[in-house]
Amino acid sequence: MSNDLAAIEVRDLVKRYEKANVNAVDGVTFDVRPGEIFGLLGPNGAGKTTTIGVLITSVLPTSGSAAIMGLDVARDPIGIKQRIAVVPQQSNLDRSLRVREILTFHAAYHGVSHREREQRADALLDELGLGDRKNDRVARYSGGMSQRLMIARALMHAPDVLFLDEPTNNLDPQSRLFLWDRIRALNAQGLTILLTTHDMNEADQLCGRIAIMDKGRILVNDTSAELKKLIPGGNAVEVRVSLPVPEAGGRVLEGLRALAGVTKVDELDAGAPSAPDEEMGVVTYRLYAEKAPVLVGPATQAVLMAGAHVRDLHVKQPSLEDVFIYLTGRHLR
Amino acid sequence: MTPARHTNRLWLAANAFGATLRRDLVVTRRELPQFLVQALIQPMFFLLIFCKILPSIGLAAGNYAALLLPGIVGLTELMAAIQGITLPLVLDLGFAREIDDRLLAPMPVWLVAAEKVLFAAMRGMVAGAVIFPAAWWVLGSRYAVRGDRIGILIGMIVLAAFAGSGIGLVIGTVVKPEQISLMFSVILTPLLFTGCTYYPWSALSSIRWFQVITLFNPLTYAAEGLRYAMVPPMHGHTMPTLPMPYVLLALACTLALCFGFGARTFRSRVVS
Repeated sequence: MSNDLAAIEVRDLVKRYEKANVNAVDGVTFDVRPGEIFGLLGPNGAGKTTTIGVLITSVLPTSGSAAIMGLDVARDPIGIKQRIAVVPQQSNLDRSLRVREILTFHAAYHGVSHREREQRADALLDELGLGDRKNDRVARYSGGMSQRLMIARALMHAPDVLFLDEPTNNLDPQSRLFLWDRIRALNAQGLTILLTTHDMNEADQLCGRIAIMDKGRILVNDTSAELKKLIPGGNAVEVRVSLPVPEAGGRVLEGLRALAGVTKVDELDAGAPSAPDEEMGVVTYRLYAEKAPVLVGPATQAVLMAGAHVRDLHVKQPSLEDVFIYLTGRHLR
Repeated sequence: MTPARHTNRLWLAANAFGATLRRDLVVTRRELPQFLVQALIQPMFFLLIFCKILPSIGLAAGNYAALLLPGIVGLTELMAAIQGITLPLVLDLGFAREIDDRLLAPMPVWLVAAEKVLFAAMRGMVAGAVIFPAAWWVLGSRYAVRGDRIGILIGMIVLAAFAGSGIGLVIGTVVKPEQISLMFSVILTPLLFTGCTYYPWSALSSIRWFQVITLFNPLTYAAEGLRYAMVPPMHGHTMPTLPMPYVLLALACTLALCFGFGARTFRSRVVS
């Protein structure tokens, strides 16, 4: 066994549910390194939750293998359960118990000693901002608080790998930012995290590497920056121009198209969501090129030469959503 | 920060089982008054009406109480055990998923089901046991339980409760949340009335077809075994019951078959 043992190792994983005529997971292979935040990004039904299901022993693989910290999920589910923790999409908190008991009993199930679980429960409740509500019933908790409590519960037995299934789905923006901070802090302490999301922004914010899934397969698997380079002519320059007379538009377009290195120029529809506050006589052009940043000077020049004025000019970075659309021809949602 | 990690799988599983049982006991202790009221209210009314009111107005024989009490103990035990496992399971497997926490604990899935069965059986035993003081109080001079078969009585109370929780495991893993009310009328009502609770099995000899039907109901064996252990001899005659070897065999088979089948369906509901 090598020293750089993967935290999670998935090989040719296939899952076909009974009575289904397609594979929910269709030959997935990936590694997650210790201490990494790894994201599975894809639309609903892409196979993310099934993949996690295999790793947390609630789904039996049809073929292929998966291992966590060197333990095989099919052969050693007890060993696996002791090393992982799961925060599901929807609350599954034990509503018969009080908040603090949810943590201490969870730790007791995992064999954490009495004194240690009492200390950890208090420390984690404080850390996640629930310290003053620890004797409440869960029924009185908001969605954001429940989510934080599930994270606290997950950490009670000090797992090696944390699974987060759509962690901030249905949360308000403030709770979401708080959770993102907590997730980063946990990772900084050395916890390996695998999260699924259909929110490209979340994947971009949190994950070191991202695997984009669709129809049970991993299409690409790399860092966010590398994934964005997949789009040919990856970035673009957007320039907003105010035209003194409508006819100037034609001259501007001609001038921009003539620039060296430009592969394509689009005149953005004034009614498009990207330009909601367009005034009369103001038009936005998008220039695609292999090296868009070098076009900033020449584009400004070309607009002035055509007798118009530059209102705004910026280099546009593609988003992961653009990558997904490029790969599948469909939107994420 | 990192707690010492146990790696012995057997220790982990045994510990998780114990902690899960402790969780159930803590939750039950909090709702003990509700649990006792729920367990006692029906048997108390049964005993009051059938053993006190009806004999007083001449509609039932005076010694009916001695026959009915074992039936009521058996019925209450079975129902308490079934209710202790079925409803929580139907809700948990249906949508609440609160059991996930224990399914992710380091123990085999079948052990989670086994803990549920043990805990529900304990509820059944307590519900059966508390009837004795309650019956003594309601029946007064009509309370008649023989004291020389106390060991058999305890054994029967334990076995009947386990048979009940085994049945509850099967129902709980098979029934969907939207079928709960149907379950009460379709499964529990026949169980209630064909189980030799209100009549001794031997007395049915003149209605052979019905006597045969009752043999398919585990409650029949529980009630008859309890009668063997409880009913005192009357006028020098011991009350005839189903032979004890059959009673023990039937209840043990009920538990084994129900647990075998129930643990499998449980697994198929939580591991896909």
